[in-house]
Amino acid sequence: MRKHVAGLKILVFSISLLPLFWLSYALISDQLGANPIEAITRDTGVWALRFIMVTLFISPLRKLTGINEFIRFRRMLGLFAFFYASLHMLLYLGLDQFFDLHEIWLDIVKRPFITIGFISFILLIPLTITSTDKMIKRLGGRRWKKLHYLIYLIVVLSCVHFYMLVKQDKTEPLIYLLIAILLLGFRVFSQRRRHQVAGS
Amino acid sequence: MWIRKKHSWDIPESEVTDYKVYLNRRQFINGAAGLAAASAMPLSFAAKAPTGESFDNLGKSSFSTDEKLTTYESITTYNNFYEFGTDKESPSALAADFPDRSEPWIVTIDGECDKPGKYDYNELIQAQSLEERIYRLRCVEGWSMVIPWVGFPLAELLKQAQPNSKAKFVEFTTLYDPEQMPGQRRRVLNWPYLEGLRIDEAIHPLTLLAVGLYGREMPGQNGAPIRLVVPWKYGFKSIKSIVRIRFVEEMPLTAWVQANAGEYGFYSNVNPDVNHPRWSQRRERRIGEFLKRETLMFNGYGEEVAALYNGMDLKRYF
Repeated sequence: MRKHVAGLKILVFSISLLPLFWLSYALISDQLGANPIEAITRDTGVWALRFIMVTLFISPLRKLTGINEFIRFRRMLGLFAFFYASLHMLLYLGLDQFFDLHEIWLDIVKRPFITIGFISFILLIPLTITSTDKMIKRLGGRRWKKLHYLIYLIVVLSCVHFYMLVKQDKTEPLIYLLIAILLLGFRVFSQRRRHQVAGS
Repeated sequence: MWIRKKHSWDIPESEVTDYKVYLNRRQFINGAAGLAAASAMPLSFAAKAPTGESFDNLGKSSFSTDEKLTTYESITTYNNFYEFGTDKESPSALAADFPDRSEPWIVTIDGECDKPGKYDYNELIQAQSLEERIYRLRCVEGWSMVIPWVGFPLAELLKQAQPNSKAKFVEFTTLYDPEQMPGQRRRVLNWPYLEGLRIDEAIHPLTLLAVGLYGREMPGQNGAPIRLVVPWKYGFKSIKSIVRIRFVEEMPLTAWVQANAGEYGFYSNVNPDVNHPRWSQRRERRIGEFLKRETLMFNGYGEEVAALYNGMDLKRYF
């Protein structure tokens, strides 16, 4: 796999852009239904959550397969998570609120699901900024790792945001929440095992 | 001489879209459908022409707005009808043949009244004089439409049943039939869907029993064959596919109040000042428009209905 990483990166990059192309195409060709703004806002949000989850799949995948090279795709996938989250945010700010700061502030204060979504997005920013090699070096591996534990909080907050905004049929957000819990559970489990191995 | 009263919700002449476009809508829609078919664009939702029988000699109503109509396609493909699934697209995909029109559709009227009865849908629409009513519809989710309904005032039917002095409320029930309504196989709501109105709301002249839209019989996804339309309340109050109307003494426990009493009240009047935890109710997006517009108290029907709520704290009784 090692020698194919460069080529695979291009492939992963292209696949990660597909949701954007699909949404743009659907928007232009009027296939997003009667309320297209609502549809693209929702869909970009769901894609942001999916990419956040994909980044959390990398570690387990690496451990389970023993193929370390998976880690080399994580930064890119994380940046795509931020990219879709930013689109989601921009659509909300621009097309839902028309950049009316007063309205946006009221929304953040009054509507818990907006509050949580907003916090979740804000927390993604430091992770994005510190994603470069330079920043990793500057922070030092340990501090960098500690900072990036924030992603666990972000994934839970994002699921809660999704759960709260759905009116009645909570099935879909619950599926995401379940996956998030499994991903976090895997880490707790493997951490414990490592401690046990170290202790014995 | 009939002098048309200028209502607060009337749109100035300058803002009205050409009425000819509406009058020629069949032609227009047929043309659009032909074009869509001809262009053979993959995966595109072709503008569907209205199907179903058309109603003749529809009366006009002074309650109608002359705002620009929402397209037939949007009205029939963007639906909240949880009996056919919880997303907006499922109802139009799954309710195309609903209900089985070869079977009779019976509406039972009972409860606190002197003349309870069972009404066959076909006889019902024969007996009533149908009119077109163009109403705004405001969904609690923050979007709205302008829909040309076909129907008759609910009051016409209710007075035949002769409600007695105990009839303080009217309760409505949707069909429960998981065979025909696949969404009912999951308990997303406490089926069957139940709605209610206070008796004075129910007999208000704006309250309509609708049997069609755009001049034709009601599409399945819009609540065929007969549904309620209460234009000054959020859309979920306008219960679809009604099989029972009951006069009751106590306030009915409606489906959405059962589901979440903190978010949905019995009255659910359109009210820009009452916040919802998920949606600001101060503005709305009219389907087909880009910018949002201000939401009006009672969805713009305040002049007609505000008196029903004199002395009531509408923030408490939301």
